Amino acid sequence: MPRTVLEPRFQVEYLSVLDAEGSLDSALDPGLPPAELKRLYRAMLLGRRLDERMVRLQRQGRIGTFAPIKGQEASQLGSVAVLRPTDWMVPSFRETAAMIWRGWPIEKLLLFFAGHLEGGQPAPDQRDLPITIPVSTQLPHAVGLAYAAQYREDDVIVMAYFGDGATSEGDFHEALNFAGVWHVPVVFVCQNNQWAISVPLKKQTNSKTIAQKALAYGLPGIQVDGNDVLAVYAASREAVARARAGDGPTLIECVTYRLGVHTTADDPTKYRSAEEVAEWERRDPLTRFAAYLKRKRLLDEGLEAAVDEEIAAAVARFEATGVADPLVMFDHVYAELPPDLKAQREALAEGLRSGEPGRREKHEPSPPMRGQRSGKR
Amino acid sequence: MAVMTYREALNLALREELTRDPNVFVIGEEVGLYEGAYKVTQGLLKEFGPKRIVDTPIAESGFTGVGIGAAMVGLRPVVEMMTFNFALLALDQIVNSAAKLHYMSGGQYNVPLVIRGPGGPAHQLAAQHSQSMEVYFYHVPGLKVVRPSTPMDAKGLLKAAIRDDNPVIFIESETLYNVKGEVPEDPDFVIPLGQAVVRREGTDVTVVAYMGMMYRAMEAAEELAKDGISVEIVDPRSLQPLDTATIIGSVRKTHRAVVVEAGAGFAGMGSEIATEITEEAFDDLDAPVLRVTGAQAPMPYARNLERAKTPTKEKIADAIRRVCYANGSR
Repeated sequence: MPRTVLEPRFQVEYLSVLDAEGSLDSALDPGLPPAELKRLYRAMLLGRRLDERMVRLQRQGRIGTFAPIKGQEASQLGSVAVLRPTDWMVPSFRETAAMIWRGWPIEKLLLFFAGHLEGGQPAPDQRDLPITIPVSTQLPHAVGLAYAAQYREDDVIVMAYFGDGATSEGDFHEALNFAGVWHVPVVFVCQNNQWAISVPLKKQTNSKTIAQKALAYGLPGIQVDGNDVLAVYAASREAVARARAGDGPTLIECVTYRLGVHTTADDPTKYRSAEEVAEWERRDPLTRFAAYLKRKRLLDEGLEAAVDEEIAAAVARFEATGVADPLVMFDHVYAELPPDLKAQREALAEGLRSGEPGRREKHEPSPPMRGQRSGKR
Repeated sequence: MAVMTYREALNLALREELTRDPNVFVIGEEVGLYEGAYKVTQGLLKEFGPKRIVDTPIAESGFTGVGIGAAMVGLRPVVEMMTFNFALLALDQIVNSAAKLHYMSGGQYNVPLVIRGPGGPAHQLAAQHSQSMEVYFYHVPGLKVVRPSTPMDAKGLLKAAIRDDNPVIFIESETLYNVKGEVPEDPDFVIPLGQAVVRREGTDVTVVAYMGMMYRAMEAAEELAKDGISVEIVDPRSLQPLDTATIIGSVRKTHRAVVVEAGAGFAGMGSEIATEITEEAFDDLDAPVLRVTGAQAPMPYARNLERAKTPTKEKIADAIRRVCYANGSR
């Protein structure tokens, strides 16, 4: 028997609409109305300015470690903007701009990074999962949400975010495999920012693209210029329409770059060159989108000041919140408060009142001599 | 009451809950067409269809994660692990997601998920398929852990687990699937999680044991009764939450305690229960609490080695005699 070709050549497309100078390929223009273009740019700018502010807040010790988004605004907003409020958004840990688009108040995000439990609490009507710190574990959850939607015949789709490093984890592959087999409405959005802390993409995978990994699971994958908000929007809109029509999941690879640190605990000068960063700064998603909007006369004067004012007001509201109440640590361990946790909660409350945190009254020795049963028998 | 096997009791619990609540579905490897590796899901695919009895690819982390996602929006997945040893592949999903998402979402999302399947020593399943897996889970805040020893408990506790709003680890045993016992047929019969049961009343010593070890302790108790030693046996049934009140209450009555567990003893359930007893009832004790545990070695494959590793009726009886100072060493 001869060797035969079972599959024709696979094809992975790359999509770019706005180039680094902000020139539009009009044939590929997703045709957004001016108001939507302005709204997108404002959200990108807010994401950038908040990011810069948050780095300063962290350096001042006012919030804890977090993962800045600088450079990835287009990837996040071009994709999240195509969702309906009733759809599900499943973040990893670097989707600040996308979360704000979905309605997270800025001060709530700040509270999260300052260690307040309520900072991670989505509003009751908000269809967002909380920030996920473990890498790629949220992807099977996204498939579960999509399975539930299919189960209940809800007309919703799920968009899940992750980075290039996450594509090496088993959960990424298991999630794509389940999504492919079950044909559920999920859009997987990979923000390929080139670096998983200090590990560059070429050490993460030998695949030419991340998009092509979808093909192994029988779903379409597309690579887009992740610094081009219109390309991300166009690809996301197509993928969401496919999912909504019952035609299954898609993997979108947004080729972008983390211009800043991995987290505020990281120093990228140790592992990558200033030249590389400068090259990507030239392709900054905000600069090119601003240039395009300016040419279309859609760039509002004073936008930056307005955005900064919004951030400052949110920071003030955040700062007005007191320190976290230690007792809340017991409140959401279980859906109900079990007796042993209730006892620990009460012991801690008593300890806080008496200035001895964690004192457990019930273990205070009662008889002076241990080891001698007190004549109960 | 009807007499049925432990397997049939589990099957009945699933069938009743699938009928009662359209949000309940079963997911795992071979649970549909094949009706489960141990036939616990027998007949369910035919009765409830492939949307609710879902065969999956072989990917424990994947289907556990899918279950978590579906649970967060109010479905009640029952995830089957073909054996609980396979749950190690899903450990991150269970520990970092199932147990934490209620907390991480500030209480916004519940994870009403049951993960069930057999675990613990069985008949020559060897090193990688005989582990007492409960130890990996009861340490984790946010999880509940159940080990049902009888057909009645299997039914009542599985139904309670499915109705619970938290993730519940429900570990059965290959050695118990064919055990027969009386089971209430009332579809509203549930056993609340966190309630121990006194399997046998006695006055001289409290033995805490569950699953196969509970049956061995019962045999040891029968034998010791002939020597005039009256053994009380407490079966915790759920390890998290643990009904320490019943255990302590029994120890206050008998003044002696032996804890039996099938797995290796180091930092095991026996250590926890012995500590609870010494913290709460030290002054009631007439002897140190003893543990009877499996040897600190992987489970051997050879039958005679398997027997040597695992607590036997004789080892349990010996420990009981020792805490009663009835072994000649007094």
